[in-house]
This record gives sequence, structure tokens and C-alpha cells, in this order.
Amino acid sequence: MKQIFNIARKEFSDGLRNRWMLAISLLFSVLAVGIAWFGAAASGQVGFTSIPATIASLASLATFLMPLIALLLAYDAIVGEEEGGTLMLLLTYPLSRSQLLTGKFLGHGMILGLATLLGFGSAAVAIAVLVPDVSLGLLASAFIRFILSSTLLGLVFLAFAYVLSSRATEKSTAAGLALGVWFLFVLVFDLALLTILVVTEGRISPELLPWLLLLNPTDIYRLINLAGFEAGAQGLGVMSLASDLPMGLTALWACLLAWLAVILAWAHLAFAKRVG
Amino acid sequence: MTAVVELNKVNQHYGKLQVLHEISWSLQPGEIMGLFGHNGAGKTTSIRLILGLIRPSGGELNVLGGQAHDARVRQQIGFLPENIMFYPQLTGLETLQHFARLKGAPMSQVADLLEQVGLTAAGSQRVKAYSKGMRQRLGLAQALLGDPRLLIMDEPTVGLDPIATQSLYRLMEQLRSQGTSIIICSHVLPGVESYIDKAVVMARGRLEVVGDLYQLREHAGLPVRIRVRGLEGRELALPGIDSRNTLHDGWEELAVRPQSRLEVVSRLLQEQPQDLEVRPPSLEDLYCYYTEKAGAVGVAGVQQ
Repeated sequence: MKQIFNIARKEFSDGLRNRWMLAISLLFSVLAVGIAWFGAAASGQVGFTSIPATIASLASLATFLMPLIALLLAYDAIVGEEEGGTLMLLLTYPLSRSQLLTGKFLGHGMILGLATLLGFGSAAVAIAVLVPDVSLGLLASAFIRFILSSTLLGLVFLAFAYVLSSRATEKSTAAGLALGVWFLFVLVFDLALLTILVVTEGRISPELLPWLLLLNPTDIYRLINLAGFEAGAQGLGVMSLASDLPMGLTALWACLLAWLAVILAWAHLAFAKRVG
Repeated sequence: MTAVVELNKVNQHYGKLQVLHEISWSLQPGEIMGLFGHNGAGKTTSIRLILGLIRPSGGELNVLGGQAHDARVRQQIGFLPENIMFYPQLTGLETLQHFARLKGAPMSQVADLLEQVGLTAAGSQRVKAYSKGMRQRLGLAQALLGDPRLLIMDEPTVGLDPIATQSLYRLMEQLRSQGTSIIICSHVLPGVESYIDKAVVMARGRLEVVGDLYQLREHAGLPVRIRVRGLEGRELALPGIDSRNTLHDGWEELAVRPQSRLEVVSRLLQEQPQDLEVRPPSLEDLYCYYTEKAGAVGVAGVQQ
């Protein structure tokens, strides 16, 4: 446990030193405040509209950003140590591969979690202070759910980054693979699902399609944040399938946690198998 | 006495490729052992086995009375890799502190080690500003964290100036006197020759020879070179002479079979030369002999 903490401590202080944490927090904060006040500008409306609309917009944004930031933060976690010449030295210490990976996950996770809390949390505080008559209870529960699920989504993609980093032989390959994973889950998957819907013209069992959303952690994440705001789910492409999904919020959380557990286990396996 | 490292018929395969063949040797407490061989001879694989980075495909390997990959064993091993690299963003001090925490070494040792390797002043500089020699010295300090019982150094003198090299060798002797066992891999054979207690020569994944320099010389039977001055043109009836060559300034060099060297020296002294030097085969001569021999002959053994 002590070794895990030692590695986590190094990763976390690296995140502070290279200003990753500051950059992510600021980015989230500026975007969140901007979306809260100007999210509806396209429809000619300026100013805070509603909590569900804000969360829906923020969740759409975070669906793109969280995976990208997590992948960028950790794609070189293993292969970068090897290219930098420190991996072999680390592995000669009384430190198992599993401890090294867990420590990195903990350190990167803390950076991501704290930056998400500070960035999006500041927007929640701004709304609470500046918007009159806002329901603080609803605001708090919506933002807590949003921040926790965003962090969890980020952790899933951190785990993906470790898988890629453990399997790649060069840092540039890991970066390319990371972009590929991002494209697959954030852009391609939903488009593919929509294409299937259109092409099959309902020939696929309608009960099956909503379950396919669970094959993408970013879709589960959006479902978690749209749950409770029934109106928000309308008109959001594949999200409209979710109304046929016989699953509660707890089950969706469990699915996202299961994604994390499986990908993290895969990362441990990939690192254990890595020659070096 | 229990061996610090003991290899007994160790084999190593990478897929279908066998890179180590039945390697057996041992290292005792307080011994300095040179591990020599051409590139690809199996030195690095041997080191990786001892460090627990890989496990042997066959045979027995015992390190500090346990398994090489055991955390308690690793805690007692210091390792200085060839061309050591550190995190460029950390200072020298932060680097040592990080590795001290991982080793479970006392933090108080960090400042002492920085001083020992002459990096106290540079301790607050980031490692990316370090020269190769400074990085190497920081690497040495890192390897000494936690007072290891076994120190493994791969090409430790690369990047070090002659003074730093000499202090490294003196440090090795000091550590030996404290009971630390040392394995040193180096291609700078003349440098390490006077400091090692034992040499292991490997070629093509096989152990060619293991023993102290005296044993290696006895076994190889290479000629001893005796240089004399002031006897030029004189008829010398000496036993076991392979060749006699004239050098410069009145010096001549005789290549003498090892078993005849004492008698030859004794007879030469009777001729009252102006000067005389005896040059036994150097570590480099022995290394070349065993490595070249490996191409034609299999394992030679002066096993200890």
C-alpha cells in the first residue's frame, strides 16, 4: 500500500508541477460557466436557463472532453517510462507491476477528480451565487451526480490509456491508439448505431438496440446525467433509445463501474505481459 | 558461507531462442565480480535474472537467500543501469527522495549520498540540466540507497572523468570491506582488473570461464611477456621461449610459456640486465582469448 501511495504521490505532484491540474480546472471552469450562461445563445437566449438544460449541455461537452483529457494524461504512463529509461529501474525496486500501475491510476485519478471538482464545482458555485431563485437542492444533486460521473468516465479512459500504454512499444503509437479509442467511443460508435438503426429499418429487435448503448461508457455516462431530466433526453440522437432501456440509475452507475473494473483489469494484464 | 548469488545450471529462453545455456557460478559476501562478454553474450539477461525482472526458464537461481523477484530481496539490491535516466523534471534531491521512499531507505541518507557523489551543490538543479557524468553519479547514489548487500553496476564508468572513475573504484573497495558484494559489467577491462576478486567470461550465452585472475591465467596458459633492457645481441639459452622481439631503447620482449617464467626471470637476472619487467596476461588478453576460443570450443571450466 505504501508503494502505491509513493507512486501516486509522484504522479500527483507531476500533475501539479506541469500545470496539468491547473489547465484542466481552468478549462472546465471557463467552459462550464460559459455553457451555463451562454449555452442557449443559439436560440437567442442569453443567461442561465435551467439546471437540466445546463447539465445536458455540460454532459455533452464532458462526453468529448473527459475521455480526451484522461487519454492525454495517461497514454505515456508505461511506454513513456520505458522510453525515458526509468521503467526498468523502477521494476528493480521492491515494487510490483501491479503496485506501479495502481499508484499511477491513483495519482492520475486524483488529478482528474480534483480538476473536475474544482472546474465544474466553480460553475455550480457561480450559479448558486448569481442566479436568483435557483433550487439549491436540485443544483447540488445534479452537479454532484455530474461531477462524480464525469470523474468515473475519466477513470474508465485512464484505464484505457494504461492498456494502450502497456501494449505500445513507442510513445507515438500509444498516442495514435489513444486518438483511435477516443474516435471510436466518442464519435464513431453512436454514428454506427444510428446507421444500423436506419439501414435495418427496424428489422433488428427493438428490445436489443437500447442495450447496445451499454457497450459504450460515454453513452452510459450521458444516460446517468440525463436520467431524472426526462425532457433532456429528447432529440439527442441515440439517447432517444434510452427510453426503452429497462434500467434504473443505480444499474447505470454499476455498468460504468463495471467498465472501469474490466478495463483496469485488462490494463493490469497487459502490463504484466509486457516484456521489459 | 552462504552465497549472495548462486546460479545452478540456469537456462533462459526467449521463445524458441535459448540465450543462456546451463550457467553456473556463485558470488560470496564481500566479493567483487566482473561479468564480461561480447554484446549479446548473455550478461544483460544474467543481470535481469538476478534483479528478478525475468524468471529463469530452467535451473536454480538464489539471490540473497531467496527468490530474485521477492520484494524483501530487492530491497537489499542496488542497481546502477547502463546509461541511467531519471525524471528530467525532478531535481537531483527530489529524485533521490523518490527512490529512497520506494526503497524504504531513511531520508537522512539522501543528503549523505548526494555529498558522497559530489552532487550536494547540484542537488537543487533539475536532472534535465545534468551532464552524463552527473547523471551517472546520481545513479550511483540511487544504487547505494538503503545500504544494499548486493550492488550491481552495468558500465558504471561511462561518462565519468578519470578522477570520478578512481573514486568509484575506491568506493567499491570500501563497500567490499563492509561486506557488500558487487557485480560489475564493464568493457573498460584495464580499469577494473585490479579491483575484481573474480571474473566471469561469457560468450554466446555460455559460461566460458569463472575464477580469479590467477586461475584464469593458469587455465589459459597464455605466454608471459618479459621485457629486458641491456641484453641486446647477447645469446640467451632460455627454456620455454616462444619469441624474442627487439623493441626500442635497448628493450627486448620475450614471450615465455607460463610454466617457465620463474626460471627465465632467474636466468635473466644472472645476465645482469639494466632493467626487467614481467607482464602476465592482462584481463583484456584473457577476455580476448576466451571470447575468441568460444567460437571453436565449447565451455571451458575453471569452476570454483
